[in-house]
Amino acid sequence: MSAVLEVTNIKKNFGGISAVDGVSFDVREGEILGLIGPNGCGKSTLFNCILGQLTPSGGEVRLDGKVVTGLRPSELNKLGVSRTFQLLQVFPKLSVRENLILAGQEHQGNMASRLVGRSDAGLSDAANQMIGFFKLDHLADEPAGGLSYGQQKLLDAAMAFMGGPRLVLLDEPAGGVNPSMLADLKDRLVAINREKNATFVVIEHNMEFVMSLCSRVMVMAEGKVLAMGRPDEVRKNLAVIEAYLGH
Amino acid sequence: MISFGKPLKIALGLIAIAALIIVPMNFNRYGLFILSQWAVMSIAAMGLNLTLGYAGQVSLAQGAFVGIGAYAAAIMTTHGWPLPAAILVAIALSFAVGWVLGYPALRVQHHYLAFVTLAFSTLAFLVFRNESWLTGGIYGISNIPRPHVFGLATNKPLPFYYVCLGSLAIVSLAVWWLIRSPWGRAFMALRENPLRAQSLGVDTRRYTLMAFAIGSALGGVAGALYAPLTQYIDPVPFNLSLSLDLLMMVIVGGAGFYFGPFLGAMIAVLLPEWLRFTEGYYLMLYAVAVMLLLIWSPTGILGILDRAMAARRTKAASALRAVAKSRLETVQ
Repeated sequence: MSAVLEVTNIKKNFGGISAVDGVSFDVREGEILGLIGPNGCGKSTLFNCILGQLTPSGGEVRLDGKVVTGLRPSELNKLGVSRTFQLLQVFPKLSVRENLILAGQEHQGNMASRLVGRSDAGLSDAANQMIGFFKLDHLADEPAGGLSYGQQKLLDAAMAFMGGPRLVLLDEPAGGVNPSMLADLKDRLVAINREKNATFVVIEHNMEFVMSLCSRVMVMAEGKVLAMGRPDEVRKNLAVIEAYLGH
Repeated sequence: MISFGKPLKIALGLIAIAALIIVPMNFNRYGLFILSQWAVMSIAAMGLNLTLGYAGQVSLAQGAFVGIGAYAAAIMTTHGWPLPAAILVAIALSFAVGWVLGYPALRVQHHYLAFVTLAFSTLAFLVFRNESWLTGGIYGISNIPRPHVFGLATNKPLPFYYVCLGSLAIVSLAVWWLIRSPWGRAFMALRENPLRAQSLGVDTRRYTLMAFAIGSALGGVAGALYAPLTQYIDPVPFNLSLSLDLLMMVIVGGAGFYFGPFLGAMIAVLLPEWLRFTEGYYLMLYAVAVMLLLIWSPTGILGILDRAMAARRTKAASALRAVAKSRLETVQ
């Protein structure tokens, strides 16, 4: 399996604090990589560095072997990298369907064709499919701001898939989602992973969710990688680390 | 939206258009001037509504773009160019200047952006006043001709009112198309959540610049009609207070609502006339009315309507739920 994403020695300093301190790893085509670690260990900062939302202080990010460090988030998204956010990030006044169309429209045609072309950029069917896939049918025409927290999380995830991404970085998708909805979300992620061969990196605190979803798990603490391996290996390792760090 | 039937909406629209065409036929010169002014200000306010209401970029410079359009039209038409050519130049010029003014918005937002645009507004005013070789300085430009449309002279108030109304119709259609296109959706994404928009491939830089440029271009169109409407321009009408007036039209009407600017411009242009009988108290009354409105509904007049319709929908939905619940209970 070839590496979709290669991260080499990424560093990010905020003033005197080194939030991410030389992280290297790669993500293979079609895998689901879990990323765990205590709050403030640099997981989200690492995501933001990979996705161009922050400029890394050092290091390199490669997508399919090509250096993409320093590209803007919108440019990375056009290359097939998508994400969800830890905190809710939907467009509250737009309806659920409009949120999804927006999430896909920049991947259709160019600026000019989006101005003169169809109002839905030809995405109504795709949006309706995604609405059905995430079981949001009854909410399709509601403003996204009126949905429950868990439903907005689902919408957030659905939006990340509208552009047909190859690589999706999910930042705590399970946070605040109730157990039955969580099971749904996991099913959806696995289905998209298998059917569309999409590659995922998932930050999550819910260990059960991570261990059952991911093919490999990476553990971070204080901006560094502590361990990387199959879930069962990491689980064993974690006991050692916890004993050692006293978490 | 569900509560208003689509046919009813279309009927209301047609009645409004017919009224705007027929009713002014027996208006006097002054009434037609006021109504023409409403049409022109609606165009400028629609531009600002695009920049501010839809794309969420604060601008205190829309009045300056009306000035740029007005001077472009005044200078060109007094040198023998036809008005349509002048309008095209006004659009191109204010689009380009608006695009450049958009760059600060890539770095600063909200109050800071307001200050940047305010500074630009002052700068434009100084250019209009001081560069007298081009603008006539404080003496302004007079004898601005009115155009011939299909060979018909529009010197009289009524024909020129139709020129303004026709222009408003064209601009309204163009803006309607724009906001329901993917561009309009991207503008709203800028307003609601630029961070998320970026991660979905929305080129926020380009759309921000576009929002400024298109909004400013509409200001230019309004200016290019304002010049032949008044047939005389000097720098005073295009100072900061015009920008503030336009801002108020957008906010009072309802920022981010398609019909907001029409309503806001109507209030700003007509209310002073209706309140004329109060003599010196007009401005005070107007100020109090605006304050009360914004306390009651910060989203403007159309915001009130929007809330009422949302409340009706919620009521209908909870009625449905109550029915469903009682059915469930009887089943049990």
